[in-house]
Amino acid sequence: MSETIKLRKGLNIKLKGSSKAEIETLPVPHTIALKPTDFPGLTPKLMVKPDALVKAGDALFFDKYHPEIIFAAPYGGRVISVNRGERRKILEVVIQTDEKAGSVDFKKIDPGSLTGDEIKELLLKSGMWPLIKKRPYGIIASPGEKPNSIYISTFDTAPLAPDYSFVLKNEMGTFQTGVNVLSKLTAGKVNLGVTPGSPFAAIKNVVVNTFEGPHPSGNVGIQIHNTSPINKGDVVWTINVQDVLFIGRLFETGKVDFSKIIALTGSEVENPKYYKTVLGTPVSSITEGKLQKPDYKQRIISGNVLTGSRIKIQNYLNFYDQQITVIPEGDEYEFMGWADPGFNKFTASKAYFSKLFPKKEYVLNANLHGGERAFVLSGQYEKFVPMDILPVHLLKAIMVNDIDKMEQLGIYEVIEEDLALCEFACTSKVKVQEILRDGINVMIKELG
Amino acid sequence: MKFIKDIFEKTHPLVQKGAKYQWLHSVHDGFFTLFFVQKNTSKSGTHIHDYIDLKRTMGMVVLALVPALLFGMYNIGYQHFIAIGELASTGFFEIFLYGLIKVLPVVVVSYVTGLGIEFVFAQIRGHEIQEGFLVSGMLIPLVMPIQTPLWMIVVATAFAVIIGKEVFGGTGMNIWNPALVARAFLFFAYPAQMSGDSVWVSLKGSDKLIDGYSGATPLAEAAAGKINFSVADAFFGFIPGSIGETSTLAILIGAVILIVTGIGSWKIMVSTVAGGAVMGIILNIFGGDNVFMSLPFWQHMIIGSFAFGAVFMATDPVSGAQTEKGKWIYGFLIGIMAILIRVLNPAYPEGMMLAILLLNTFAPLIDHYVVAGNIKRRLKRAVISRQTAN
Repeated sequence: MSETIKLRKGLNIKLKGSSKAEIETLPVPHTIALKPTDFPGLTPKLMVKPDALVKAGDALFFDKYHPEIIFAAPYGGRVISVNRGERRKILEVVIQTDEKAGSVDFKKIDPGSLTGDEIKELLLKSGMWPLIKKRPYGIIASPGEKPNSIYISTFDTAPLAPDYSFVLKNEMGTFQTGVNVLSKLTAGKVNLGVTPGSPFAAIKNVVVNTFEGPHPSGNVGIQIHNTSPINKGDVVWTINVQDVLFIGRLFETGKVDFSKIIALTGSEVENPKYYKTVLGTPVSSITEGKLQKPDYKQRIISGNVLTGSRIKIQNYLNFYDQQITVIPEGDEYEFMGWADPGFNKFTASKAYFSKLFPKKEYVLNANLHGGERAFVLSGQYEKFVPMDILPVHLLKAIMVNDIDKMEQLGIYEVIEEDLALCEFACTSKVKVQEILRDGINVMIKELG
Repeated sequence: MKFIKDIFEKTHPLVQKGAKYQWLHSVHDGFFTLFFVQKNTSKSGTHIHDYIDLKRTMGMVVLALVPALLFGMYNIGYQHFIAIGELASTGFFEIFLYGLIKVLPVVVVSYVTGLGIEFVFAQIRGHEIQEGFLVSGMLIPLVMPIQTPLWMIVVATAFAVIIGKEVFGGTGMNIWNPALVARAFLFFAYPAQMSGDSVWVSLKGSDKLIDGYSGATPLAEAAAGKINFSVADAFFGFIPGSIGETSTLAILIGAVILIVTGIGSWKIMVSTVAGGAVMGIILNIFGGDNVFMSLPFWQHMIIGSFAFGAVFMATDPVSGAQTEKGKWIYGFLIGIMAILIRVLNPAYPEGMMLAILLLNTFAPLIDHYVVAGNIKRRLKRAVISRQTAN
């Protein structure tokens, strides 16, 4: 066991509506969808036409610039529509599920008997590859690269995040298989970030790094930075805990099984708990009948309140997300809100009296609570970034498009989720994540 | 409340681009956002946002300035009645009322001038009214001698807002603290009205002074080689000086508000005081017989504008250093320079204003080196990891 790494910087936002430890298995939804828009920078090329019959694991589309990366149907059935947006951009490929369609059979195989290249080939062929992301940039890994190591965070510290040691408690063996598969893909090690006392510490064939501290200590980027930081030219691969299970199941059964557990959370949910369903499920299949019915508007988020994306009830859950959060929209005027003593106003600063009640759970809505301004205050962001990085200076380098400075100030080490707390806490309501993604896009465009 | 909201909402279309009262847009918007936190919700990025905004922040700073303002009003009356020898026969409220009547016009003039210009700029630039002037508008009166004519306040405020802030792009973009720009402008443009012994106490030509009354500040007296202020008077603020700077106690209350709410940087306050103390001690040791140099170092903190500058001026987040390490250096150098200028430069009776403006100028340089240090550390890390990898 390694030493515990204690991170002091950060903030746990205590919201009302965390899931209780109970899993309800939902029937397979009538339709599911895969959305190319869930993968930043992807140019998809369709491989199926409407009305085609597909099995789970059959390719639906591929990456124009990496044709070997295919995106597979999470469940078998009939392709009923390809929904397009502006300029015929593909938004979603919708499948009408059919239990009888089954899965492509990839043959059950012991990962120990395969070489790294063989494993890579199988992962690409079965549509598992897009589960692996890379740092820098937080995009799908390139199969040609040689990663220094692979990082998996086994805990999520974001507001109302699912508890993975509960979600995976019956599938630790499968997780181990998945880890064994991944360990073949790198010359380095698979690194697991765990909390003290976590059941994941028992996983073998990995380096276990123990972390203690508030959000964002559960972010894999923070864990990489505090164990072996990414320098220019380095590549590290990352993957979500539940996504490791998909890979584990593929090798254990030879079948593609994208069933996953989603936490339904937030102050607007009547009885927040976990639901077992399939990747690409419609939001309504989880939320229907489970939300409160107030007279104000609600906001449904695929993901958590910091990094998730706003989604409509008729949309489908995002590819990588493990959580749905529902909060009040908050599109109402508030009289002299800024002058309020603020006993109920959660703040990362100390400017409201709510600071006196650190244990309370709050209901937060999506209101901006103020106008957008230039950077005025200083020293605010640094408190939420447990990295040797100057966030404001990095953001300013991005705003002026100074590639050298972006590189020097650490753009390779961060993605949106790592700076999301800064955006939450910002007095000037600066759009931190949007700016950072713009910077990352510039880097991808200029340096590849 | 609904009534007011309805008025704002109904008039809203009238001030939009192309509408009849378009020229009132920034005024409408300014007051609407002041009365009502808007209904705008997050469009991208985080879905939840902190309740803090710039209005709250600036509101807190203004609140922190209130003790200094109230005491300043009282002290203006107090000094006046000392000068004419009627202190003993005047009641508390009469003293305060005298000060209130004298100070209020300065505050009003400062706000009206500054906000007026801000509204015009916001309208021309097409952005929202920014809250920075809420604080500057309060700071400007507090750093002025009471005898400053109101027209000078108007000129200085206009200069500070236009040249000190708006030419750089508005709140958040300025290089120097706008209130100090106003003060410095008057100091160099109208030195006779901004220094000397007769500007600190509110008197009319017809007032009959008591014998031997000077009206000089303890600082000026010390510079002239005589030290005869009482430490208690200086700490509580019963001494002549600019309107808000005299009471160290009132300033400390403000400092507590700023530190508890986390809005003012305690690092800058502490390092400024430390810098002042170090310079004071150096002068104590090497000063020899010189009266001002041998003034006990801690007494520098309670006279002149040292405390006011350290708490309210040096901590301006826009014009000060913005990196955490930089703040220590920035504050420390302000303290050193303030005492150095104050004691050793015969031309300027007070060094705080110039020290802060000087370090405002150098703050980006300090930050530059802190950032360069971060970059160097990161590069070094890359080299080490390459070596261990090979």
